[in-house]
Order: sequence, then C-alpha cells, then structure tokens
Amino acid sequence: MMAAEAAIQAGARNEYDVAVIGGGLVGAAIAWGLARRGRKVAMLDEGDVAYRASRGNFALVWVQSKGAGFTEYALWTRHSAEAWPQLAGALRDDTGLDVCLQQSGGLHLLLSEREVESRANAIKRLHNQPGMVPFDYEMLDRAAVARMLPHVGPDVAGASFCPLDGHVNALRLLRALHVAFQKHGGIYFPERPVERIEPRGGEFRLHSADNAQTIGAQKIVLAAGLGNARLGPMVGLNVPVRPQRGQIMVTERTAPFMPYVVHTVRQTDEGSVMIADSVEEARFDASVGSAVLAVEADRAIKMFPHLAKLNVVRCWAALRVMPKDGYPIYDQSKTCPGAFVATCHSGVTLTGAHALALPPWIDAGVPPGNTFGAFATRRFDVPAIN
Amino acid sequence: MTIFVDGVAMPARDGDSVAAALLALGHAACRTSAVSGAPRGPYCLMGVCFDCLVMIDGVANRQACMAVVRDGMRIETQRGKREYGT
Amino acid sequence: MIAASALDERYDVAVVGAGPAGLAAATTCAQSGLRCVLFDEQEQPGGQIYRGITNSPFTPDTVLGDDYWRGADLVRAALDSGADYAPGATVWGLLRPEEVAVSMSGVTRQIRAARIILATGAIERPFPIAGGTLPGVITAGAAQILLKTSGLAPSGRTVLAGCGPLLWLLAWQYLNAGVRLDAILDTTASANWPRAARHAAAFAASPYLAKGVRLMLAVRRAMRIVGGVVEIKADGSDRLEAVSYRTRSGKLERLSADTLLLHQGVAPNVNLALSANIAHQWSDKQLCFVPRVDRYGATGVPHIAIAGDGAGIAGAEAAEARGRLAAVAAVRALTGEHLLADEERTARRSLQTYERGRAFLDLLYQPAADFRRPRGEVIACRCEEVSARQILDTVALGCPGPNQMKAFLRCGMGPCQGRFCGLTVTELIAQARGVSCDKVGYYRLRPPVKPITLGEISGLPSNEAAVKAVARE
Repeated sequence: MMAAEAAIQAGARNEYDVAVIGGGLVGAAIAWGLARRGRKVAMLDEGDVAYRASRGNFALVWVQSKGAGFTEYALWTRHSAEAWPQLAGALRDDTGLDVCLQQSGGLHLLLSEREVESRANAIKRLHNQPGMVPFDYEMLDRAAVARMLPHVGPDVAGASFCPLDGHVNALRLLRALHVAFQKHGGIYFPERPVERIEPRGGEFRLHSADNAQTIGAQKIVLAAGLGNARLGPMVGLNVPVRPQRGQIMVTERTAPFMPYVVHTVRQTDEGSVMIADSVEEARFDASVGSAVLAVEADRAIKMFPHLAKLNVVRCWAALRVMPKDGYPIYDQSKTCPGAFVATCHSGVTLTGAHALALPPWIDAGVPPGNTFGAFATRRFDVPAIN
Repeated sequence: MTIFVDGVAMPARDGDSVAAALLALGHAACRTSAVSGAPRGPYCLMGVCFDCLVMIDGVANRQACMAVVRDGMRIETQRGKREYGT
Repeated sequence: MIAASALDERYDVAVVGAGPAGLAAATTCAQSGLRCVLFDEQEQPGGQIYRGITNSPFTPDTVLGDDYWRGADLVRAALDSGADYAPGATVWGLLRPEEVAVSMSGVTRQIRAARIILATGAIERPFPIAGGTLPGVITAGAAQILLKTSGLAPSGRTVLAGCGPLLWLLAWQYLNAGVRLDAILDTTASANWPRAARHAAAFAASPYLAKGVRLMLAVRRAMRIVGGVVEIKADGSDRLEAVSYRTRSGKLERLSADTLLLHQGVAPNVNLALSANIAHQWSDKQLCFVPRVDRYGATGVPHIAIAGDGAGIAGAEAAEARGRLAAVAAVRALTGEHLLADEERTARRSLQTYERGRAFLDLLYQPAADFRRPRGEVIACRCEEVSARQILDTVALGCPGPNQMKAFLRCGMGPCQGRFCGLTVTELIAQARGVSCDKVGYYRLRPPVKPITLGEISGLPSNEAAVKAVARE
C-alpha cells in the first residue's frame, strides 16, 4: 500500500508544518528541500492522468537567452544552473539514482544567415541590460559548429553556444525527488486534488473531494502549475498562468552522436532522440497536431540529416505553465501569510534554485534582501486610476 | 533463393518473412537488446512486439516479421542501439 | 490491390484491418455502392485468423480445419466487391475528424473518409513468465502464422503452454500436420470451472461445443498433456534450453526444450482506438479493456465505429457479423435510406449464434492470477525490460497509475507502445492498491500508434501557423 495511507493508518495526525500542493518538478523540489531541513511536509498531487508539465517537458538546463527584459530572471537562472551539480550530487546521495546531468554546453542552432543575425542581436541586447551579469557565450560560425557537432547538415549556418547549458533526465529527476522526499520523512498524497483551501486561524485546511480527510498545515506552497490560477485567489494570491502547448517527438534508441545539447534536438542518456520545439496558444488542448510535428521534423533533419531514417516511437503535446509575462512567480500572500506560490515554465533549469534556495525562504517567511521582490505578484497589479 | 545472414549465404523460400526464414534456419535470436544487450528473437510474428528487429540491406531496426525475403537480401543481427547512418 | 499513389483523396468509408470484420465491412459497403478503401498492414488479406489464406502451402481439407477455409470466401468477396484494397498500409493515426493517416512504402497520406470502421482485431495477451524474453519463446499465434503462411513448424523439442481455444486449435493443427509436441502444459485454472459451469448450457447449445470436444479428444489421445500447471519458467542462458513447471501438487519438473509456445488468450488491440480518444472500460469477464460501442459498433467519437475482436473478443464468425453491422450503419448514414434490413437480420442471427457459448469460454479460460500478475524479476515490459518488482516498488512510492509508472520506469515507452505490458502493469497496480482496473486506467496513447520515420513526418503537410509556432527566430 502507499506511503500516505500507511502513515495515516499508523495513527499519524493529518497535520503538517508545510503542505506543498503539486507533485511535479517545482513542488517536489521544494518539498524535498523543506523535508531535508527537518520540516514535516505533505506533498499533494493529482491522479495518474492530469496536465503534467513535469512529464512532458524537454529536460533542458538552459541559461542562454533567458531573461531578456528581466535581469533578475537571467541571474536567477544562472544561479540555478550553477547549483545544478550540487543538486544532482545530493539526489544521488539520497536515492542512488543518477539523473544524468550533462552540462558541457548547449548550442542554439540556426538555419540561415538571417537567423544567425537575429540571434546574435537578441543575445547582445540581453547582455546590455542594466544590472546584467554577462554569461559566457559565443556566436559560432558553421565551421565551428561542425567541429563541435560533426554530423550537422549543410543547412546549419551557425549557432549561439553557452558552456553553462545542458540537460538532464527529467523523468528520473522527478522520480528521484519523490524518493528523496519520502526518504526524509515526507508524506505523499497522490490522487488528492485540492478543491478548496480554507485559511483558518493563521493556518490552512486543505479540502479535497471524495470525503478524503482534510489536511492541515501551518504553511502551504502552491506549486500546482496551471492549477495555481484557481487556487491562488483562495489565499489572496493573483497567479496569472496560462497553458502554452509544446509538441515533442521521441525516436528509438540510437548510438550516441551528440557531444553537446542542441536546443531543439537532444539525445537522452538512453540513446533516444527527442525533438521539439513549438509554442502554441492552444488553451487546454493537449492533442498532437501533424502540421507542427512536420515543421519540427523538417528543422531537425536540416540540423542532423541522418535523423530522417530514425523511427519516431512516440509523440506528445504538453502544456507549459506560462506566467503572464513568461517569468517565474514567487510570492507570499499578504492577506494570508504562510501561503506561498512558486510557479514557472522552466521547471527543469530552476530545480537547482527551487530545491536549494526557495526552502530557506519559505522556512523564514521573508525573502533575503530584495532578491525575490521582482518575482512577486505585485508586478501584475493594474495601477489604480486616480 | 539465397539470402545472406551475417555475411553467410543461406537458402530461403519465396514468400517467407525474414523472421520465418531465420527461424527456419534455426536462428532463434536475431538481435541484442538496446537496453541491456540481452539476446532477443521473434516473439509475436505479427508486427506488434518489435522483438524481431534486424538490419536489412544496411537499414537498422527493421521488423523481420514484416519484411519478405528477396534474393540477395543482406540480413544482419541488430546489435544493440542503431548505429549512426544505418 | 492498390498502391499509395492510386489512393483517392477521399472515400465514403475507410476500413482499417483485413481480418473477418474488415473484409465483411468493406464488402458490404462496396456492394452497396459506397466508395470504400480497405487498409491492411499485412501484404495479404485475412488478418491473423485467416493469415496466409491466399497463398497457403496447405490445401483445404488438410491440417488447418474447415473454419480457416471459410476465410477464403470472405477474402474473395472483398477483393471482388469494388472496394480499394490497400496492402502494406499501416494506419498510424486518426489525427483529425474524418481523416486517416496511413503509411505505405515510407510515405504517409492523409485520406479523408466520411466513416471510419476500425477492425484491427486482437493481439496475444501478455504472458509474463521468468525467462519469457529468451529467444526460442514465441507465442502460439506466432506458431500459427508460421504454419499458415510458410508451412513451418518447430523442429526439435517443443512445449506448448497456456490455456484457451487457440491453444487446442494449434495442437490439433500440428497433429494433422504430423508435428510432434513434447508436452502441452495446460494452465487452465481449476477454480474457473464452477463459474464457467453456470454458462455450460449455453455452451452446449453453441457451435463451439462439438468443435471443441472433437479437437480436444483428438489432441488428448495423441499428445502428452500436463494439467493444472500453476507456474512456468523458461530456462537458458542465451536462448531457451529447458522449461520448468510446477503443478498444483507442487513438484518442480523440468523438460529440455528448444521452443516454447505460449498462449493464454487474446485481447483487443486498442492502441489506434485509444489514440482517437474512444472511451474504453475494463471487462471483468475478459480481463482486458474494451471500447464502449453500441449494437452497430458506433463509438462515442463521431463517425468512427469498431467491429470485430477489437470491440471485445468473440471469435471470427462474430467478427464477420459485427463487420456487416458496422457497414449497415455506414450505408444507412451515408445514403440516408434504411437499406440492408435483411443483411442486418442475418448478421444479428449469426451474432447471436456465435456469441452464445462465449461466456463459458471466457470464464473457463481466464488466465490464472499468477500468470497475469507476475512477481519478482519476471519482466513485465519486454521493450524496456522493466520487472514486476520494480513496478510494485514504485506503487509503494505512491505511483497511482500506469502513466506515472511509465514516467518513472519507462514501461510502455518502447516501440510496442504497451501492447505487451499494458494489461500486466494495470493489473499489478490495481492489485497492489486494492482498487479496480477501471480506476487505475491504462496508458494514455497518441499517434503514431506504430513507429514512423522522422523523414516521413517531415513530409506531412504543414501551414503558416505551424511554421510560426516552431521557427520563432
């Protein structure tokens, strides 16, 4: 039987220091971080079939090009990428699982001179932002790309390269976070979607359907992805997130051929090749569309012509959790102190920060300095008209 | 007709699937798994199990049960993951 | 027979699968004047039950039995009906309403059809045993395909193991062909008899009794049968060398063997239907997921019907009847007239005849629990080599269903797309959690339901919106 049921049957009271709503990469990272700090933590999750960005993403740990127009985000991303090796090591220590972090650098491949120019300008603008700490990057011409990735096709015109970029086995990461969380005494409640949050006397009661026993917690963290939009207002938090569809294909296993990660083509540690990258505003429609797949396939073949022969064994569409301006939202409710929210679309890259930097903040209840101020929800407030 | 199995000339019958031809020759295994390297061979013969993968005429990971033998066909054990260019 | 280039852009009816249901459906549609295409993944019609019927090395009245040769009439009628027969055509997705994505010779066409009839039939049930992935272990269905199409049978020491009507049919066909079986290990669960017996009267009145009894007597007279087998292991290092088994008496026996033929029933091939969001539910009698269909095979998805074993296992004759009924519904919908009343009556009478007695067979041949829910290191997912123990450990981690299980362990991520592990994984999770298989659910499936090359996908039509969604520099 499952851990939560066993714990409750053993007579444990259903009361916790922190209840994290959401068992995806964001929720599980925060929950683990808090459990490691000795808190009594519950992690609540939906059922087997749900909108799970954590199961459908492209698993990149990506720094380059993040944070145009939002310097703090660029810094936060970089901080998380630099914390990633520590995270991977801690998870391996806790679980014996290797999440196969590869951070030898990533290339954003470009298929025409126009694309090269556009990309170079975008990164330059990013670096010129006030307060920006420039990261290492290089614009590579075709010859330089071919030296790093010997199998690129003739259409590849160049790339932007960042040595901090990489990827990880995101599914194993999720599993490792769950194992590590429970190892530190965390209690996991699958199939426990939260219908209603009831703030009561400075604490919180979480109500689910099906007469499931109410869960009580002194603090809560909303890490429910797209569900945060509905839950936030229950504790005085405005969390404008919307679904943004991405479609991915994965091939059969093939011998390793990519020493570096490419932003739309990555070879997993198992040997399969994943192909992305699309952005569609499709509301909650997570169905696959062949037109988008055709374009993704075409570009991937231009990058690596031999991919044309590989068999695609699966396709899926997943819904990114996209905040209104694209940047993470971290905040604590003013009307219900103790209720926090953490949501973003880069759940893999930011796992380092979520596991190592956010838990101390949640524990203390106040953000150190003003670092998280820029990520608060007040940036969405419409100014009052006088 | 003659087919080549891992480079060795073998007889085959017109109309047989590659899987049937291999089994008729006593080859129960046709590949080593890309996951663990374990030897595997045809299992369902109807195209749904993907255990019968072989290299046919230089193309890797072909289902032997879905391909019909041709004179001169080159069939090779599919060793683990598909190699670059195959 | 038609090549990809000769396919029309649009048909009235597209039938997927050329077994008895598909052949009957295509025939009835085409004979009623509808433009019909019959897509067949194989190169010759007949599906699995009538596999090889157009070029069998055997002649009628020998070896394979009369039931098999009935298929020849069905095939002839379909090929003469005016329907376009497209062999070597893998339907890999129903991406948009009234559209079939089909791959032929490495090129995909998207064919429009006002009505789609899925007749993709059944596949062997998973039969997870220790050593079950060793070379030399094949399914009884595979053995039948080898016999029917190539006249091949295993040489050397051969053991047949499992339960169900097809097991006895194969043994009888081998008997007729002079093929020696070293032993038949019968895993029919004795506990099934009382529940099956309640339906014995219907079985006795059905066409299956006489056939079945005749078959089994002949086999029992001639071959060595071990009954009450409760455990089977395939032993060997690089290939099968021996089969170990245990009966209820508890003693472990070992037989040297070169080939082990496994079979414990068939289950609907649900991948294409599930990928089209057709609702399915768990059948406690047949221990598998079956689509929700009405008496004409209509699903909840407009204009898609399912006929044959894909709608629930009932055998070849019932499949043929259901194919006719789906066709009748399509003809009426597209012509606007209440035609084919006689055909419907005949088909329903046939269906009644051939469904009678199935309950008895379903219950008697329900595979025993230990053969559906393996333990320990027995591989449950063949493609990704995931064991039963790993699955149960992950249930204990809190994983509630097969999709989270897939994410954590990769079971169901291989090229077979869960066809050989889905039922096992669902049942293992259901039992460990103490909930129903309906509650646990099944893998979420999407197109392509068969692997397609990336090159082929790149050739699909795109549009400006798609380009904008991807190339965003």
